[in-house]
Amino acid sequence: MKILVCISKTPDTTAKIAFTDNNTKFSEAGVQFIINPYDEWYALVRALELKETQGATVHLITVGGADTEAVIRKALALGGDEAFRVNADSQDSFYIASQIAAVAKQEQYDIIFTGKETIDYNGSSVGGMVAELLGLPFVSIASKLDVNGTTATLKREIEGGEELVEVSLPLALSAQKGMAEARIPNMRGIMAARTKPLKVVEPVAVEALTSIVSFELPPAKAGVKMIAADQAEELARLLHEEAKVI
Amino acid sequence: MSVIIFADQFQGKVKKSANEAVQYGAQIAQQLGVPAVAVAVGEIDNAELAALGHYGASKVLHVVDARLNEPESGVVTKVMAEAVAKENGSVIVFSHNFAGRSIAPQLSAKLKAGFVAGAIGMPDTSAGFVVKKNVFSGKAFANVNITTDKKIVSVMPNTFSLNPGSGSASVEAFAAGLSDADFRIKTLKVETVSGEVPLTEAEIVVSGGRGLKGPEHWGIVEELAHTLGAATACSRPVADAGWRPHHEHVGQTGFTVRPNLYIAIGISGAIQHLAGVNGSKTIVVINKDPEAPFFKAADYGIVGDAFEVVPRLTEAVKKYKGN
Ligand SMILES: Cc1cc2nc3c(=O)[nH]c(=O)nc-3n(C[C@H](O)[C@H](O)[C@H](O)COP(=O)(O)OP(=O)(O)OC[C@H]3O[C@@H](n4cnc5c(N)ncnc54)[C@H](O)[C@@H]3O)c2cc1C
Ligand SMILES: Nc1ncnc2c1ncn2[C@@H]1O[C@H](COP(=O)(O)O)[C@@H](O)[C@H]1O
Repeated sequence: MKILVCISKTPDTTAKIAFTDNNTKFSEAGVQFIINPYDEWYALVRALELKETQGATVHLITVGGADTEAVIRKALALGGDEAFRVNADSQDSFYIASQIAAVAKQEQYDIIFTGKETIDYNGSSVGGMVAELLGLPFVSIASKLDVNGTTATLKREIEGGEELVEVSLPLALSAQKGMAEARIPNMRGIMAARTKPLKVVEPVAVEALTSIVSFELPPAKAGVKMIAADQAEELARLLHEEAKVI
Repeated sequence: MSVIIFADQFQGKVKKSANEAVQYGAQIAQQLGVPAVAVAVGEIDNAELAALGHYGASKVLHVVDARLNEPESGVVTKVMAEAVAKENGSVIVFSHNFAGRSIAPQLSAKLKAGFVAGAIGMPDTSAGFVVKKNVFSGKAFANVNITTDKKIVSVMPNTFSLNPGSGSASVEAFAAGLSDADFRIKTLKVETVSGEVPLTEAEIVVSGGRGLKGPEHWGIVEELAHTLGAATACSRPVADAGWRPHHEHVGQTGFTVRPNLYIAIGISGAIQHLAGVNGSKTIVVINKDPEAPFFKAADYGIVGDAFEVVPRLTEAVKKYKGN
């Protein structure tokens, strides 16, 4: 079995969000970058579990400049076999998906994992686009994946419940919580990652379909109104008469 | 030209989030002076579909096919592409709900139509077609221009309040040229969380954190939620510890909610938690620690012991909510 895990780099979850260049660029000053949590904790770890329990080759891919290499090395340290970096600044979801699809077409994977969404762009787009570009069935927001021969069973979230589905490989999916438990890389993994192949490939020519015009920060909250602990009636009244939410 | 909206259903009922998408799409259609056409799939009553007219749809294309009761995203992508071709769709609208997150990106790649996921504003057409969306998990917004002729937008649930009118839509059966080979994903089982409000659609959410000390204490959360007709949610450590199911976990690495009212009980208000709830219109925080960071993000706060405050609040809201 051959598996591809799509890895994106995102600011640490506690990073201060600020913009420069007239609010058109994210300010990277002092920001730590991490592997997007959905890609690391759920997609990558589940891929590694499949490798350990039934044998598989796990490839990683990221679309990004040379500064994404620290993040992809960390993913290799967790246990990926080899990695691709498509040497391009990510422009929009379609551009990224097209780059991933171009590599995947050559390599012919049985399973392509993405995370549910990136915690910076919140697109939840790349996985579905990759699936369509490759003509693969797509299971989104999956919280469980089991593989038996060439058949995969998955659990996916729907409004008001969950769905258990079955599909033949190859397939693409987006992973969320429930799929696996987060792991920490060990020393051996970190050492091994240094020598694992990281292939840099040049991007294929694709036009982005969207562009970010500007960023904004949300307006500041007016401030909290405190109510005494024995005045729950007063809180209920305020919610009814002032906030008009009950 | 037209605006095409996917109106999805669950067990024969159009979802609230789908009505929101129809209303959003119909407003764009009105601006453009073109019809708003909804697309529905699976077994569903004509009356239910005609009611999409309340939200501005003039016509509904209905793919009557029981295999689409739990619609497979790839098949619906094909249906939507057919509908866009038939009606000359220029703007295509989804809800940013579970179905939309799955179908819209596939349609975007299929049609090479630019896609903005999770719109929180109407498109600004004064220079291009610019849509505002959340980025950095609600800590900022981006204005994104769609540069292709055909444009796809998914609408953040619970963001645009519904104002139903009295219109009625005509319902037309639509074959969409599906073949057996299009169906590749088999649904084995659907498990519903019965009688509860789906978290991402809920107008009121009551959420509990580690301050509640253990799953055996969730009764007070559930009672308040029940009284308010609310959904229940929790912080990440609560779901990690197995006190509550994973699908209740909200935050940067859980679900994003935007209810009218979010009540946080015994939750400290870590930045990762706030990321999933900061779009809520009104936030109430109940915490025994006056220094809890959540108070900075709150509209109303009570410093006190949840085990005393919450039952009192439940009694007090009964005056306004009779259930
Ligand atoms: C990469 C990353 C991603 C994360 N993603 C998420 C996420 O998506 N969602 C999320 O929630 N967290 C997330 N976290 C975890 C987050 O940082 C916090 O640890 C977590 O939100 C804390 O949960 P809590 O408030 O329930 O618990 P605690 O921080 O332990 O807070 C408990 C609170 O309860 C109060 N309390 C105690 N007893 C009472 C009482 N009797 N009455 C009233 N109040 C009481 C305390 O004063 C305290 O404020 C993430 C962390 C990381 C590193
Ligand atoms: N630049 C990138 N390189 C590789 N994979 C990516 C990139 N951006 C996004 N992805 C993958 O696509 C998923 C969804 O991203 P998004 O559509 O931005 O929410 C992520 O969880 C990753 O698995």
